[in-house]
Amino acid sequence: MSDTTDNVGENNIVATETAIEQSRKSAEPDRPKHVIRTLGKSMREYTKESWLAPLFVTIESVLEIVIPTVMAALIDQGITDGSMPAIVKFGLILLACSLISLACGFLAGKFAAIAAAGFAKNLRHDQFEKVQGFSFTNIDRFSTGSIITRLTTDVTNLQNAYAMMIRMGVRAPIMVVVAWIFSFRISPSISMVFLACIPILGLGLCGLAVLVHPVFERVFHTYDALNNVVDENLQGIRVVKSYNRESFEISKFDRISKRIFKDFTLAERIMSFNSPIMMFCIYGSMILISWMGAQQIVASGNNAAMGLTTGDLTALVTYAMQILMSMMMLSMIFVMFIISQASAERICQVLQEQSTVTDPANPVDRVADGSIEFDHVTFRYSDNSEKPVLDDIDLKIASGMTVGIVGGTGSAKSSLVQLVPRLYDVSAGTLKVGGRDVRDYDLEVLRDQVAMVLQKNVLFSGTIAENLRWGNPEATDEEIRHACQLAQADGFIQEFPDKYDTYIEQGGTNVSGGQRQRLCIARALLKKPKILILDDSTSAVDTKTDQLIRAAFHHEIPDTTKIIIAQRVASVQESDMILVMDEGRIMARGTHEELLATCDEYRSIYESQTKNTAEGQAEIEQAAAREAAAVRGAEQEGEAR
Amino acid sequence: MSDAKQNFKNRKPGMGKPAPGTTKRIFGYIMQYRWRVMAIVACILVGAAAQAGSALFLQSLIDTYILPMVGAKNPDWGPLLRAITLMGCLYLAGIVASWLWQWLIVTVEQGTLKKIRDDMFAHQQHLPIRYFDTNEHGDIMSRYTNDTDTLRQAISQSFPQMFASLISAIAAVISMLWLSVPITLFVLLFTVLLFFIVRVVVSRAGRYFVKQQQWLGDVNAFVEESVNGQKVIKVFNHEDATQDTFDKKNQELFEASAEANTWGNVTMPIVGNMGYMLYILLAIVGGAMALAGVGNFGLSGFGSLTLGTLISLLTLSRSFINPLGQVSMQLNMVMMALAGASRIFALMDEPVEQDGGTVTLVNVELGEDGRTMTEVDHETGHWAWKREAGDDGTRSLKAAEKLRGSAREVAIKAKEQAITSPDGRYTLLRGDVRFTNVTFGYNPDKPVLHDITWFAKPGQKVALVGATGAGKTTVTNLINRFYDIQEGQILYDGISVAGIRKPDLRRSLGIVLQDVNLFTGTVMDNIRYGRLNATDEECIEAAKLVNADSFIRMLPNGYQTVLAGDGSGLSQGQRQLISIARAAVADPPALILDEATSSIDTRTEEVVQAGMDALMKGRTVFVIAHRLSTVRNSDVIMVLDHGNIIERGSHDELIAQKGEYYQLYTGAVELE
Repeated sequence: MSDTTDNVGENNIVATETAIEQSRKSAEPDRPKHVIRTLGKSMREYTKESWLAPLFVTIESVLEIVIPTVMAALIDQGITDGSMPAIVKFGLILLACSLISLACGFLAGKFAAIAAAGFAKNLRHDQFEKVQGFSFTNIDRFSTGSIITRLTTDVTNLQNAYAMMIRMGVRAPIMVVVAWIFSFRISPSISMVFLACIPILGLGLCGLAVLVHPVFERVFHTYDALNNVVDENLQGIRVVKSYNRESFEISKFDRISKRIFKDFTLAERIMSFNSPIMMFCIYGSMILISWMGAQQIVASGNNAAMGLTTGDLTALVTYAMQILMSMMMLSMIFVMFIISQASAERICQVLQEQSTVTDPANPVDRVADGSIEFDHVTFRYSDNSEKPVLDDIDLKIASGMTVGIVGGTGSAKSSLVQLVPRLYDVSAGTLKVGGRDVRDYDLEVLRDQVAMVLQKNVLFSGTIAENLRWGNPEATDEEIRHACQLAQADGFIQEFPDKYDTYIEQGGTNVSGGQRQRLCIARALLKKPKILILDDSTSAVDTKTDQLIRAAFHHEIPDTTKIIIAQRVASVQESDMILVMDEGRIMARGTHEELLATCDEYRSIYESQTKNTAEGQAEIEQAAAREAAAVRGAEQEGEAR
Repeated sequence: MSDAKQNFKNRKPGMGKPAPGTTKRIFGYIMQYRWRVMAIVACILVGAAAQAGSALFLQSLIDTYILPMVGAKNPDWGPLLRAITLMGCLYLAGIVASWLWQWLIVTVEQGTLKKIRDDMFAHQQHLPIRYFDTNEHGDIMSRYTNDTDTLRQAISQSFPQMFASLISAIAAVISMLWLSVPITLFVLLFTVLLFFIVRVVVSRAGRYFVKQQQWLGDVNAFVEESVNGQKVIKVFNHEDATQDTFDKKNQELFEASAEANTWGNVTMPIVGNMGYMLYILLAIVGGAMALAGVGNFGLSGFGSLTLGTLISLLTLSRSFINPLGQVSMQLNMVMMALAGASRIFALMDEPVEQDGGTVTLVNVELGEDGRTMTEVDHETGHWAWKREAGDDGTRSLKAAEKLRGSAREVAIKAKEQAITSPDGRYTLLRGDVRFTNVTFGYNPDKPVLHDITWFAKPGQKVALVGATGAGKTTVTNLINRFYDIQEGQILYDGISVAGIRKPDLRRSLGIVLQDVNLFTGTVMDNIRYGRLNATDEECIEAAKLVNADSFIRMLPNGYQTVLAGDGSGLSQGQRQLISIARAAVADPPALILDEATSSIDTRTEEVVQAGMDALMKGRTVFVIAHRLSTVRNSDVIMVLDHGNIIERGSHDELIAQKGEYYQLYTGAVELE
């Protein structure tokens, strides 16, 4: 079998990539407004440095203009006149100037570095904070890769541009303006030549900016895609390797890499016209100055009283050179500015994104009890999907009840319970916890009272005790131990040499699936919640232990509402109420016995798990007997009547 | 939060220098554009010449062209006009040259970045699983963006600028030599001093830039981890603690970055102001020399140091120092690039997966006698292991002889039972797997499997059940050589797995893992991942086989629905179904299902099993599961306990036996 795809395959891939791109774009937030104002808010404690840096740069720049005049004086009055005291005198002045300039340069460099790095730090902080508040709908709008790019690469771009702006961006214009003022004092008419450059430059640079901006936007978009591809490749490396898809992955990456290459090349080629435009203006001015200067000198007869002299011309040329240098610097800043503009907008999109799950204005700060009520709840993951995931759910769960949920793959069991801690908001209808709409609660209060053990169990690197304290940071060792005993985890933890201080590797790779599940249950128990949700969280735990855990729940936390999603009927059998879900609806509800009697679906699930076993057979027989007895009873009752 | 602190402590990157030889390697990449680089160098030289020409012109403008016209009745503007036109041409040449190199360098720069990225990714694909298990994903990702980006500015701006500046500085030195050798020596001596000071500053900056890039990778990793683990964070109201940890890393990044850039920023003022010092020193020393009438010699000849020469030297010293200032201004970009590049090259230097295997997997036509095999290039339903010429199938035996325990006997027996063609080159793939005295630990000091021995008969559905530490998942990691064993032998149809080429070994074993990974793309693409040349119909067929078709059709765009973010819109069970369909379309000779149906409801599971059983009829399938309903209809169930098989038999036999399995099944003892 070959790894290479034929032409059709290639076209397919391109078509798919376009489709991915489109679905991405449609979800993307709009172009942000008030970019500067939004970013400015992240300056905060580094505002001082952001002012100090330009201040010292200004002093430095002024000295840079003063120093050449001192040098000139040193030559004219010292060396030309052969006067050693004058040389020493001006040398000392020069030394003083240079020391001040060095100090200023040092301080400016330091403050600029701190200001830019601090600004970047705050931007990252603000974005991360924002992302923490994001709902999953928000996250899906950006994609993981994109959020990462925005927090690192984009911020770095902005940091570099900002550092450049507050140093070179201050220095260069000062030099230009001062040099222009000096040239104006010498010859107003000639200095006008420089002014004539402004519209040409302005027009040229604006044109470039307009041309290049969409290209840079595209580049960063592709960066997101690159991040996503690498991320997926890293996470799925076992799949890649077991299917020998290395070269397939490489060609996938190459396509993205090529797109970055193409767009970035285009962008930078456009930007390469930037410095020729600058040079054209300045060199043009030089030539004009030379010509006009020559004419004016000839006209004045090189007499200072009559007009321009040769000395003046030399000075004018020097100033022109100074302007040239500064302009080149400005053009460099301009390039950085353009690149950072796209980044700035992307950061703003994160900062301005409104979380779709928000706290209410006057939040309720106490959950009365563990009752849950679904009132005609309909739910869709995205607004534009036609078929709802949950369709018109009506359900009342009294506080302290144990509810089991079973149902086919994709019957929306997980979606149902994820609404309770407001991981998602209902699309229609209301969901009440403790008698109040979940949207009325302070989010933290609600989630503190609703503990959920997720299907995808995640432990973080750290010791077992540290992981468990996620549930309750103040938990004592006894409390932790107790929670673990309830979750039937204490036994195996005690077998570890380091017991509760056993270090869990990243992702919890050094404990087995079943151990991980029990640790996660213990972690949830430590919260002492009013509602406990187990989303298929005992699938890797054997029947017996599963039983023990449920028994512990029953005795130790009788007042807690417990919702248990399971594939194994045995796990939910003793619940006060069992829900059978199918395609987003509750198709039946009742106790185990009731459902066995009334719900074919439930019975067939049950039978599929118990058939072929002696015990299962016996149970079925028993159930059948019970059923028969019930029927008989009913018949007898009927007869009695 | 204490765990946050712990996390934080563990991950703190060390302080390092950019790896030596990094610059050379960067230039190695740049030099693949040899001709372009030469053209760029030529253009820069032309630009420098134009600049020098313009400086000469401006000097002579007044003396040669303007002064003669002053006072003249009818000044002749001709020469000036001609000179200015000439100047214009020179400027034009300068502008064109400068534009040209900036245009040309884009390809060099972006091409280099692309090549580096591509090389890095290609290399990454061949790294051992261990690398991915022990390195943070976000940190690896950072190398593709943040670290590669540092090179961008360095190549497109800093290197050419430094080159141009160096040319100017050298020109200034030569001019100075022309005027006065002693003074030039004095200047060069001063430059050496300057060099040492700059080196101290720059190496400081360099260290912090390395740190900055490391912390940036760390922040990248943390963002990736917390965005991916967002649900857990939310469920536990852990946003604040996560933010705290982030802020600590962010603070470290800030400190490294501020420090690095401070040192980077101050080189320019230091060089610039040292230049003034030089000027003062020159003026004083030179002035004293000139006034004392000390002799002087330059390339132009001997004589005493005149004041005029001194003035020229002073001006030249400025044109020498200024470019050095320009160079130093680019240094922080360069240092940052070196820091980024050394991280990139560190990834590229990671040793790749070793593959000593020579045996390959081929499709064969089986002869009448059941032993002769003819290699064909289309699928026949029979696969065979093909040894390279000169290998008659005794290599595994020889290797086994070196091992202790029963390795040798097992190897002989396995070889006898294997169906090998008369010439010994081909062995039919039957899925006979034997572990003998295997010892393995992810960390060699802490073995997970101690001296385990078990075997699976070919063509059967073999279930592995048992307690933790039996290393059920580890077994799969070893069969397909994600990890290599430390002791013992694993035979696959009598051939040591170490002797089989990894791609062929992995091709022979479809694996469906409990943790499903889907890729961004359509559902169809994800299924087709199993076999790239599968048609749409074949993919749909596979989906039907594993009962995934019905739910896929319910998706907004059916099979063309784009899955993003690891299939975040699907339920865990649906994702497992897709990954099983992916394995089904691959139609592997043997299959390992490692908790592959744990999130699928039992009734759907039955359909999936029936489908897979039909597909894999007569082929070996390993099933690893906690849920006993999953393993019930296997041909053989092996109950593993601490690496040993304690029970073995069919479900009914084992139930009848009322041993460990019976207890497990009826929930009488704890599984773990």
